[in-house]
This record gives sequence, C-alpha cells and structure tokens, in this order.
Amino acid sequence: MRSMASVTRALRGAGLLAAAIASLAGPAWAQVEIQWWHAMSGPNGDRIVKIANDFNASQHEYKVVPTFKGSYADTMNAGIAAFRAGGAPHILQVFEVGTATMMAAKGAIKPVYQLMTEAGEPFDPKSYLAAITGYYSTAKGEMLSFPFNSSTDVMWVNLDALKKAGVDKVPATWPDTFAAATKLHNAGYDKCGVSTAWITWTNIEQFSAWHNIQLSTKANGLDGFDTVLTFNKSPLVVRHFENLAKYQKDKIFDYSGRTNEGEGRFTSGECPLFVTSSAFLGNVKAAAKFNYTTAFMPYYPDAPGAPQNSIIGGASLWVMGGKTAPEYKGVAKFLTYLSKPEVQAWWHEQTGYLPITNAAYELAKKEGYYDKNPAAEVSVKQMTNKPPTENSRGLRLGNLALIRDMWAEEIEQALAGKKTPQAALDAAADRGNTMLRQFQRTVH
Amino acid sequence: MEKRTVFSGKLLPFALLAPQLAVTFVFFYWPAGQAVYQSFLLQDAFGISTEFVWLDNYRQLFSDPAYYQAIMVTAVFASIVAFSALALSLLLAVQADRALTGAGIYKTLLIWPYAVAPVVAGVLWLFMFQPSLGMLAKDIRILGYDWNPYLHPGDALALVIVSATWKQISYNFLLFLAGLQSIPKSLIEAAAIDGATRSRRFWTIVFPLLSPTAFYLLTVNLVYVFFDTFGIIHAVTHGGPAGATTTLVYKVFNDGQAGGDLGSSAAQSTILMLIVIGLTAIQFRFIERKVNY
Repeated sequence: MRSMASVTRALRGAGLLAAAIASLAGPAWAQVEIQWWHAMSGPNGDRIVKIANDFNASQHEYKVVPTFKGSYADTMNAGIAAFRAGGAPHILQVFEVGTATMMAAKGAIKPVYQLMTEAGEPFDPKSYLAAITGYYSTAKGEMLSFPFNSSTDVMWVNLDALKKAGVDKVPATWPDTFAAATKLHNAGYDKCGVSTAWITWTNIEQFSAWHNIQLSTKANGLDGFDTVLTFNKSPLVVRHFENLAKYQKDKIFDYSGRTNEGEGRFTSGECPLFVTSSAFLGNVKAAAKFNYTTAFMPYYPDAPGAPQNSIIGGASLWVMGGKTAPEYKGVAKFLTYLSKPEVQAWWHEQTGYLPITNAAYELAKKEGYYDKNPAAEVSVKQMTNKPPTENSRGLRLGNLALIRDMWAEEIEQALAGKKTPQAALDAAADRGNTMLRQFQRTVH
Repeated sequence: MEKRTVFSGKLLPFALLAPQLAVTFVFFYWPAGQAVYQSFLLQDAFGISTEFVWLDNYRQLFSDPAYYQAIMVTAVFASIVAFSALALSLLLAVQADRALTGAGIYKTLLIWPYAVAPVVAGVLWLFMFQPSLGMLAKDIRILGYDWNPYLHPGDALALVIVSATWKQISYNFLLFLAGLQSIPKSLIEAAAIDGATRSRRFWTIVFPLLSPTAFYLLTVNLVYVFFDTFGIIHAVTHGGPAGATTTLVYKVFNDGQAGGDLGSSAAQSTILMLIVIGLTAIQFRFIERKVNY
C-alpha cells in the first residue's frame, strides 16, 4: 500500500512537472482543464476531490478541477451569474429543484446524451437505473443531465424507543405509524412521536408518487411546462394533512421545519420515527447512540396500488454550453469515468447516495455491502419497488424552490390550526399555479 | 460678511467633488438604476429570454396577498425594534453615565454585541430558543408555554425582534453615552441647586440636549431594521412560519436569489427604496425641526 501510494505520488509529481514544462513550452502542450463547481461540503467534499484526483491520475490529457461553491442554491446561483458574465464552468452541480430551470435554459446547457454522442463515448442510457434517470430525461428518454448524487426518502426508526413503548414491529402504514407514535407519546416521547424533514418533498411530492397520485398534470410536468397542480383535489392527500394537523395538537406528529434542520431530533433520540433522506445515513452512523434501522415510507393501505415507488432528490451534473470540442471530449470522458461500477459503488457505500447504474448496484451486492449494512439497501429497493408510472417518474416544475416555500407556508398554517387542511392545500395549489404560469412565460 | 469659501473658477470645485460623486454614482445611482430597469423586465434566470413587460411585475406584486403581509410584518417589526432598541439603550446609557463602581466593565460588556455579525447574532439566539435543543426553550416549555417558533408565527416574530434589538442596543448605547458625556455638568448641577428632581432634570435638560444624537440614531435604526436585519431573519426563521417573519428586504432576497425571479425582486427593491427615501425625507422635514443643535 505504502509503496503504491509513493509511486502514485511520484507519478503525480512527474505529471505536475510535465504540466509545468508543458505550460512553458506553449499552449499546444497544455492539459485541457475542466472546471467542476459543486455544493458538497465536509467529508463529501473530500470525496469529490478524491474522484477528481483519481480521474486526473488515470490519464494525462484532461484535468478536472473541482471547486466548492457553497450550498445547493448558492452553487446554482454562482453558475447562473457566471454564465451571465460569460465565464460558466464546464460542469455545474444543480439540485433537483433547479432541474426545470436548467432544462429550459437552451443554449446555456449541453444535454448529456448529445454530448456523449458527439464525443463518441460509449453511452447506454439503459445501463442506468430508470427510476433515477427518468427525473433528468426528456419525455423521449433523452438524458439531459448526469445524475450524480441521488437520494430518496425513507423512514428512520429508533428501535430502542419502539421496544420501550411496547411497539413490537416497525410500522408499515400511516395508521400503524400514528398508532405507534401515540404509544411512544405515552411512553415519554411526548415532544414528538413521528416527524418528517422536508415537509413538502416528503408529504406532497414523495407522498403522491408513493401512492400513485397525480401531483400535477402532464406527468407532473415532465411532459410540458403547461402543467397544472392537482394534488389538492386528491382526497388522500387531504386526509393525510388532516391527520398531520390532528396529531400535531398533542405532538404525536410534530413539525420539524421546511428542510432538514430538524434531523437532529432523530439522532438525539427526541423523535423516534423520522421520515427523511436516505443520505442521512452518514450522520446517523456518527451520532446515533441507539439501535436503529430504516424502513419503507409508510403508506395508506386503502390506496389502490400503494406502495408504488418513491422518487429521488439530490443533485445532478449539468454540462454548460458554449465550450470547445476538446473540452467537451474531456467532460464526456469524465462522465464515463463517473459511471464506472467501482467508482459508483464506492460513492454509494461512502455517502449513502443511491448507485446510479445497475452494474454498480450489483457490485455493491456482490461485495456483501448490504449484508453488513441492510439499512443502506432499503432506499434502492423502495425506488425500484414497481416500474414507475406517469405519477411516479419524478416531477419537473419551474420555480420549484419558490413553490416549495409557498406550499410550506400554507402547510404551516394548517398545522398551526389557522386554516383547514383543504383550504391550505387549495391555496398552495393556486399560488403554485401562478408561479408555474409565470415560469412558462419566460420559456420560449 | 461672506463666511463661505468662494472658488473663483468652476474647475477646481468639480475636481474636488469628482471622486465622491464617482463613488456615489458607481455604488449607488448605477445599481439603483439597474434595479429600476430590471423591474420592468420578465427574464429567465439565465438572462436568455428577456421581455419588456412595463408594470406587470408591480401589478403582480400588488395583487399578491403575501406582499401585503410582508408590508405589515415589516411595519410591526421595524417599529418595535427601532423603538425598543432606542429606549433600552437610552435607559442603559443614562444608568452607565452615573458614577458607579465597575462602570468600565459594565460599559465594555454592553458594547461587545456590536462586534457580532447579524447572522452570528441570529444563530446565538437560535441556540438558546431552538425548540428541541435550546436551553431557554426548554425552560419556557417547563413553565407550560408551548414554545415553537417553527410553527407559531408569534413566537418566531418575537424571537427575531429580540435578536435584532439586542444586536442594535450596543451601537445606540455607545452614541447615547458619548452624547450624555458631552452635556456640561454645570447645567445639570445648576438645575439640581434650583431644586429640579432627577426626572425633571432629565426631560428638560438632558433629553433636549441629546436630541441631535437621538435624531441621528432614529435615522440609522430605521435603515438598520429595513435592511441589515436580513441576516438575523435568514439565520433564525428563513422568513417562516407561514411568512410571519418575511420582511420586505427578506422577500427581495428570497424571490430573487433563491427563486430566480429577478423582475419581481427588482420591483420590490425599487418600492423598498422609495419607502426608505420617503421615511428619511419625512424625518428630515418634520422631526429635525424639533432638534436643538
């Protein structure tokens, strides 16, 4: 190992020296630099640097330079501002919320399927998990951006707490979950029996897909920007929010904020049932001092076809437009490298994000990763539970960041008892539709 | 006799003013003009398609109930924060101005929070009052009040008001204290000899002599509550719950930066700019007359 490392170091040193000489000799010799702007902080940021270094060490024509640009929103805004100023990076990591905005920006982006064909890189869209690529593909199945880090919602369960409250089995349905939460409430977990992070992603977006309910017309916006929100017309969505509002009164369900700021309530032991992202795994491993597991998200058993399949969150890599052919060639080679089963499996096992190719999933299985970490496989199984329908391929709504805020504002009023759930959901849909129409006007 | 300096030519005065004017132009008029122009456009985030829509952005704003809510929230937030920051710091400054043992330490401690950035101030208060982790939040709950700023609009608004006031007290305190110390002691002593009570001395001598400081601080505090409190709100509540702490400046940020809706954001900042210009003009026109320099 040691000698390997020193050899790599020596090679890298030689590479650097060669690069230095090349830069002296003139631009014809220079490596092609590929700028990669990302939003991964902490340990995941280090993993990004490792991926880039490994790729750079694997060949000498191209050099990927990763740069951390802050939160997801900050990174996207930095990319947009850079594009407006004429200095966009080659690769930009954009969260799923920004998908419609990126997609509509024709000329600002280079679709991945087009890039791969033009660069002559081997590329088979079928080798990727359909449940993931569907989110980032056109209606025809053309992949627009490269799904880099995807996660999905699962239920995190504090097994010690369930035992203490006398709940003998992990609840699978919402009625069972509320019943278990009531028992937990009576057993001393009186601040929070069950809760969810990402209030809208979990309880509107994932909830609709998981119960095969239409959230918005035109396949939730995937088939056109003239989509209209319809989730407020689903009796099941309304019933779910009536339940949440009812149980909020005694904190059997307790609201934990719009994003993942409430996740600490699970790891601290305050809230024993918690629905949030599967990428929460790293934090749970580090902080939870109790026995835990993950389970499928709960569902309503009387809903026909439930449970369907869950959808993804996370981010994808967008290739920006207006670059030269050699640069695109390098980007394509890098995306091919990222798709390699061993790179994917490593990323999946280290971070808890989903593997994006079938081969990587198989590799992780073969390595025995799931035997040691059964909690890590729940997310993959849930994503691929059934072949996706019109309602569960994903969603593509313009201005989604603002729309989510509006939804959350209305839901907060319902949970605080200031509006009925039906009135809050109607207002959420109305306000969202106004934003969708405005977005549609800016897209030509 | 002419007291002002009179320049003979026109070139020299303009040359002397030029740097200041250039700075004002580049950092104020130009961006402000850009914002006004942008407010008439409907543009996608990348600036690829641009459409001139006249007053559509404004029309949309004034038909949006959320905008009126933001105006109300700002009015409540601004008046409470400005009033309590001024009143409390005046009270503290008057106390600190008396010869006390340990006055030095007292003054130093009061001035410290001024060095804290708004975002950090917000995070500090959040640490104390976060419903599941905050130490003081636990105490409030033990007292039987269901404290939850994530869900109850009143709790959230109270939390940002307290944080914003706390942050501003130091600055006001410092200036009030300096103002108090520049009041000649002989005046106060003379009044004391004439038999004026403590509170009478304060209201008839000290307060009028402090009025230039108070007026300056009123202006500065209004600008503070309208613009600089953004960091606190962003750190503590993100404008929630249900828009209860979304002030006008926070909405400008959220719609433009997080939402990519630059047209509406620009329209909002234009309106905000007019409001603050209006308020400052009113202050100079009507309140400044009552100030004794």
